[in-house]
Amino acid sequence: MSELRVATVPTGGPFAGLADTAALAGRHLLHLRRAPGKFLGIVMNPLILLIAVGYLFRNSISVPGSGNYQEYLMAGVAVQVGLASIGPTAIGVAMDMRGGLVDRFRSLPVSRTAVLVGQTLSDLIVSALGLVIVMMVGLAVGWRPHAGPLSVLAGFALILAFVYAMLWVGVLLGLLLRSPETIDSVGAIVLVAFSFLSNAFFSVQGLPSWIRPLAEWNPVSAVVTSCRTLWGNPVVTGTGFPADHPVLVTAGTLAVLLAVCVPLSLRAYRRA
Amino acid sequence: MGADTAVYAEGLQKRYKSHHALRGVDLSVAAGSVLGVLGPNGAGKTTTVRVLSTLLTPDAGHATVAGYDVVRQSKEVRRRIGLAGQYAAVDELLTGRENLVLLGRLLRQGRRGARQRAAELLTRFELEDAADRPVGTYSGGMRRRLDLATCIIARPPVLFLDEPTTGLDPTSRTVLWKVVRELVDEGITVLLTTQYLEEADQLADQIVVIDTGRVIAAGTPAELKRAVGTDHLQVAVARPGQLATALSAVAPLTGAEPVVDTAAQRLTVQLDAGLESVAALADALRAAGVEVTDFEVRRPTLDDVFFQLTERNEPETSLS
Repeated sequence: MSELRVATVPTGGPFAGLADTAALAGRHLLHLRRAPGKFLGIVMNPLILLIAVGYLFRNSISVPGSGNYQEYLMAGVAVQVGLASIGPTAIGVAMDMRGGLVDRFRSLPVSRTAVLVGQTLSDLIVSALGLVIVMMVGLAVGWRPHAGPLSVLAGFALILAFVYAMLWVGVLLGLLLRSPETIDSVGAIVLVAFSFLSNAFFSVQGLPSWIRPLAEWNPVSAVVTSCRTLWGNPVVTGTGFPADHPVLVTAGTLAVLLAVCVPLSLRAYRRA
Repeated sequence: MGADTAVYAEGLQKRYKSHHALRGVDLSVAAGSVLGVLGPNGAGKTTTVRVLSTLLTPDAGHATVAGYDVVRQSKEVRRRIGLAGQYAAVDELLTGRENLVLLGRLLRQGRRGARQRAAELLTRFELEDAADRPVGTYSGGMRRRLDLATCIIARPPVLFLDEPTTGLDPTSRTVLWKVVRELVDEGITVLLTTQYLEEADQLADQIVVIDTGRVIAAGTPAELKRAVGTDHLQVAVARPGQLATALSAVAPLTGAEPVVDTAAQRLTVQLDAGLESVAALADALRAAGVEVTDFEVRRPTLDDVFFQLTERNEPETSLS
């Protein structure tokens, strides 16, 4: 009998999509080992803010009605991990497109969702590690949660949910902008706008009144308020719907972000 | 289109905002053969490959690969093709082996199967020594070899190679040609695009020449060369005065009027009976006492074909 020279790729079983996603996520985790620079960026950005804002400006910033600024700041710094992850994810996606890897993956009988989900899941692992490091440094410089362990973990989980939504923002930016230079500058704008138009570092009450609603509905504010509450850290009591229902607003805004970014990304990927 | 047609396309059109990339491309590749798609930059070669490999949806026309429609049955097509794009699509940070194992796993070979196949291909493509080095350290030729290896992990019956040797040094190019020939011997159908006429001549059974999104010629390399003209003999004489003697000696032996180049002291004579006429012409020149300094048979090359075809199709640029 002659050797079978050509073959057709078998259709995978019901869990083939999961196996593909795992294989593709593994690729990104290998990247992390070879080029840890991406990880440094994600960790250093929040840490610099923690030290710069928390230490240098601790006497210049006073948050009305709250005691310890260091404790107020922590949740605001922790969400920076999510914002700082947008750029590296976007650049990763853009570089894969430029190098032809996206074409290669798209020509395989692999679910086109698996590639992007693999990317975001592996990036989520990376960001979670970054978040742990940032929180440890926070503990070292004086941040303390005043709540039960479950409550503290719930806050952590909420930030991870925020990170995951931001990773999809990154995927979409990468697919649409395509050039690392553009992504760099757009990413910086997104990072600054999202963190400073929020209650991450200052109280929203201090902002000009016309811009206040924007900051109040910013998912960053909702996540930060929720975490402060869950961690038993100082919360500036605000008024209005977002201030009264921070967890609801977090869930709502993140759901909207994902509902927009995921289908748009998949569409852009299919047409890349 | 018969059952032994591996790739078939009819009237493919693709329009982008500002330009028409494909204006109706027809082609067909018999199973187990090599089709060379030849054309200058921007002719539509890559767009054609992207449509056939299901990366791009055509605006009009239809195409089948391995019997499946590239638009309606794209998943079935993807189970049966390998694609090597214009850039070696390998992950720079991963090692050669890791690249192959990743793709093998995605092609449902399982962890062990993928590892085994990776080892086989690394040996076959002579990449064993570099197998565990990040691809970022590879040379251009090694990258292309790895790229080609990743395309054939699943032993697909149809392979698309988009300019597989662009930018390679001659040695790497020859190695790649050898690999492509071996793959064809194993029964794989290959569609390759190239701007190198020599490459098409070396590898392709059939050639289509495309320019500005249209097929402007198709046939075997020999047919295309024949279409351009027959073989010619170029004779250079030692002394200017002998040019006329030579002309009268060869004129009775050829149907077409020989072309006289006085400056180069050269005659170009059409060979009506192919190489058989060469001996007769040589005899006639010797009998007439013509001292010959150069005596050369010129066969039309694909270059001649190409330039003649693309010149004819050049859009009118001058308004004066």
